[in-house]
Amino acid sequence: MSKSADAILPKPTTLATLERLEHESAPEVAAKNTFGFWVYLMTDCVLFAALFATYAVLHNNVNGGAGGRDLFSLPYVLGETLILLTSSFTCGLAMLAAHRGEVKKVVAWVDVTVLLGLAFLAMELTEFMRLVHEGNGWQASGFLSSYFTLVGTHGLHITIGLLWMIVMLVRVMKRGLTGSSMRRLTMLSMFWHFLDIVWIFIFTVVYLLGAAR
Amino acid sequence: MNILFANALWGRITLDAFPHELIVAGAGIGMVLGAIGVAAGLTYFKRWKWLWREWITSLDPKKIGVMYLFVATLMLLRGVVDAFMMRAQQAVSVGANHGFLNSDHFQQIFSAHGTIMIFFVAMGFMFGLLNLVVPLMIGNRDVAFPFLNSTSFWLYAAGAVLINLSLVLGKFAATGWLAYPPLSELRYSPGVGVDYWIWSLQIAGVGSLLSGINFLVTILKMRTKGMSLMKMPIFLWSVLGSMTLVIFAFPILTVTLALLALDRSAGMHFFTSDMGGNPMMYINLIWAWGHPEVYILILPAFGVFSEVVATFSRKRLFGYTSMVWAIWAIVFLSFVVWLHHFFTMGAGADVNAFFGIMTMVIAVPTGVKIFNWLFTMYRGRILFATPMLWFLGFVATFTVGGVAGVLMAVPPADFQLHNSLFLVAHFHTMIIGGVLFGYFAGVNYWFPKVFGFKLNEFLGKCAFWCWIVGFLLAFVPLYILGLMGATRRLDHYDASMGWQQLFIVAAVGVVFVLAGIGFQLLQLVYSIWKRKDNLDTTGDPWNARTLEWSTTSPPPYYNFAVLPEVTERDPFWAEKQSGRPAAKPVYKDFLLPKNSGAGVIIAGFAFCFGFAVIWHILWLGIVGLVGVILAVIIHLSNDDTEYVVTAAEIARVESGRKQVA
Repeated sequence: MSKSADAILPKPTTLATLERLEHESAPEVAAKNTFGFWVYLMTDCVLFAALFATYAVLHNNVNGGAGGRDLFSLPYVLGETLILLTSSFTCGLAMLAAHRGEVKKVVAWVDVTVLLGLAFLAMELTEFMRLVHEGNGWQASGFLSSYFTLVGTHGLHITIGLLWMIVMLVRVMKRGLTGSSMRRLTMLSMFWHFLDIVWIFIFTVVYLLGAAR
Repeated sequence: MNILFANALWGRITLDAFPHELIVAGAGIGMVLGAIGVAAGLTYFKRWKWLWREWITSLDPKKIGVMYLFVATLMLLRGVVDAFMMRAQQAVSVGANHGFLNSDHFQQIFSAHGTIMIFFVAMGFMFGLLNLVVPLMIGNRDVAFPFLNSTSFWLYAAGAVLINLSLVLGKFAATGWLAYPPLSELRYSPGVGVDYWIWSLQIAGVGSLLSGINFLVTILKMRTKGMSLMKMPIFLWSVLGSMTLVIFAFPILTVTLALLALDRSAGMHFFTSDMGGNPMMYINLIWAWGHPEVYILILPAFGVFSEVVATFSRKRLFGYTSMVWAIWAIVFLSFVVWLHHFFTMGAGADVNAFFGIMTMVIAVPTGVKIFNWLFTMYRGRILFATPMLWFLGFVATFTVGGVAGVLMAVPPADFQLHNSLFLVAHFHTMIIGGVLFGYFAGVNYWFPKVFGFKLNEFLGKCAFWCWIVGFLLAFVPLYILGLMGATRRLDHYDASMGWQQLFIVAAVGVVFVLAGIGFQLLQLVYSIWKRKDNLDTTGDPWNARTLEWSTTSPPPYYNFAVLPEVTERDPFWAEKQSGRPAAKPVYKDFLLPKNSGAGVIIAGFAFCFGFAVIWHILWLGIVGLVGVILAVIIHLSNDDTEYVVTAAEIARVESGRKQVA
C-alpha cells in the first residue's frame, strides 16, 4: 500500500502540517479524541454503576460476620478522601500550567499528584490488609466480596492513572508540551477527576451509609 | 520437587486435559491439522511477510472488515456442526437408544453452539460489515481510531481462538450459553470449562466495547461535509443506535464475567448459594446486558434491510423520520425489558406485569419499521436480486418470530413456555431470520463494493432457498414440540412422548441449512474463479443511492480521492439523477494511519493472560498482563503513526483506476 507516499514524507506529523492538508484540523482531532474519551468514561461509569448495584444488593449479606458499621473508620476514610480531592486539585493546577506552556510547573504538579495518589493507594491497601488480618477478607461474605471488588476496582483505576502519569511525566520531560501531549494530558486529567467523582460516591454509599446503619 | 516444578510451569494442564472421546479428539485433531496445513501453505508460497504486512498489521477498515467476515464464517461452520450434532442426537436418542453423544458432551455442545453463534458469528458479521461500510457511507477515509479498531479485531480473534482451544485442551463449559450460577460456580463446575467460557468472552467482549466507542465517535464526528444527522442513511442511524447499546450494555457484561471469575478464582461470594451470595443477581446482570445485546445485533441488520429495500425497489425509503424514531424507541425500550427472560424467578405480579407490558410495547416500533419497508416496496420497481430475497425471507420469518415473542411477553403464558423448545424456536426465528439473514443480505449487497466483482446470483438464490426451507423445517417443529412440553437442552426422551417424528423433521431441516451453507461456500469459490465475468467496473452494480457506491469497486485504499459533499439524503442517487458531469477534481495531500502490529501483539498477550487464568499458570499470567501494559505504553509513545498521501500519488492511483474502468 502506497509505499511511495511513505517514502516521500516519513517525518512525524506536526500540527502545522496537519493544518495544510485536506484533513481534520488540529482542534477537530483534539475534539474527536476528547469526545471519544468522554464516551469511554461513560462506559466506565456504567461499569461502576453495575458494581454499585451489586454492592447495594449484597451489602446486608454479612453471613453472620461483620458489617460496614463494625469495620469502617470514618476519620480514616475522610483522610483518604481529602488526599484524593487534593490530588484532583493539583492535577487541575498541572493542566493550567500546561495551557500556559510551563513544562517545569507541569512536571512539578504532576509529581505532587502522583505522590498524593500513592498516599491514597497506600492508605487503601493498609485498610484492606487490616480487614484481611482481622478475618474479614473478601472470602468471608457476599458483603465483603462486593466491598473489596467495588473499592478495589476504584483502586485499580487509581493504579492505572498513576502509571499513566508516570508515562506522561517522561513524555513531557522528553518531548515537551506537543499537541499530542496536550491531548493526552487533557484526557488524563479527565480520567483523574472522574475517579474523584466515583470516590465521592464510594465515600457516600459505602462508608457514610455503611457506618450510619 | 518435580511435581511442584511441573505445577508451576504447566498449571493444571496434565495429559488428561487432552481429549479422549472419539468425536472430540477427531474435531481437535482436524483443527490442529488444518492450522498446520495453513501454516505449511503460507511457508511454501512464502506468504508470511505478505500476510503480516498486508493483513495482520493493516489498519485499513476494509481489510479489518474482511478479516472479521473470515473469522465469523469459520465460526459459523463450527456452530452449525454443533447444531447438526444436537439435532441428530435428538432425532435418534429415544427410549433404549441413547444416541451417539453422552450427556456431558451434549451439554458442552449446546453451550458452545450458543456462545459461538452469538459472540463470534453474529458479532463478527456485524463488526465486519460495519468496518466495510461505515467509513465509506459517511464519506470518509477511516474510522475515528484506526489502531483501536485493529486491537478490537484481534481481541475478538483471540477470544475465538481461546474458545476453540477447549476442543484440544480440556473441556468447554457444560452450563449453557449464559452459564447460570450456582451451576457455573466452582463447587458444581470444578473443571476449566466455565473458565474457558469466561475468558474467551471477556477478551472478545472488551474488543466489542472498544469497537462500540470507535464507531459511535466515527459516526458522530467524522461525517463528510453536509451530512447532517437527518441526512444520514438509515444504516448509519441503526449502527449509531446499536453502538449506543454496546456502550451501555457491554460494561455490564464485563462486570458480570469478572464477578463470576472472582467467585471461581478468588473464592468470593457474589453468586454462590451460600455465604451471602445471590445467584439471582447474576441472572439480572447478565440479562441487563443480554437483552440489549439482542438489539445490538438486530439493529444493524434492520439498517442493512433499509438500504437493500430502497435500492432494489428503486424508491427512496418510506418514512425516514419514523424509522429514526423507531430505532431510538427500540434503543430505549431494550433496557427496560430484561426481566422477561426470567418471569419465573418470582419477582411478583407487579414487576412481571411492568416488564410484560414493556416487552409488548417494543413490538410497536418494530412494527413501524416492518410497515415502512412494505410501503417502500409498494409501487416500486422491485428487482429480485439475492439481497432482496434475504429481505423478503426476513419479513416473513421475523414477523412470525415477533408474534411468538409478544405471546411469550404475557407472563402467565411464559410460565408455560419458559425453557421450552417454543422459546428456542422463537429466538432462533429472530436471530436466524432477522440477524443472520440481514448480514447475509449485507454481504451479498456490499461484496462487489469490497472485492470489485459480484457474487454469483444463481448460487446465491440456491443458498437462500435452501436456508429458508431448512430454517422452516428445523424450527416450525420446535414450536410444536415446545407446546407439547419438550424442554430445551434434552439429549434423551422417552418414546411415549411422541416427539420423535418432529425431531426427525427438525434434523432434516438442519440438513437443508447445511446445503444452504454449502451453496454459499460454492457461491464464494465459483464467483472468485469466474470473477472476470462479474467484474464491477462502474462502482455501482445495483444502481444504488448512498455514498459508498460513488467510488470505484474496490475502493482505493483511501476510499475517496476528494471527500464528497452532501446536500440531501440519497446523495449519490440525486447526483445520478441530476446528470451533472462531475467537476474536475482537485487533489490535496492527506494523512492516513501507518500499519501497526501493536494490536495483534496486545491481543496475543491478552490471550496468554486468559489462558493462564484458565489453567492456573502464574508465570504466564504475569507475562500476559505485563505484556499488555508494556505493548500499550510502547505503542502510545510512538508519535509517528501517520503518513502523508500526496496529491501526486493520488493522481497516479486515480489515473490507473480510470484505465481499468
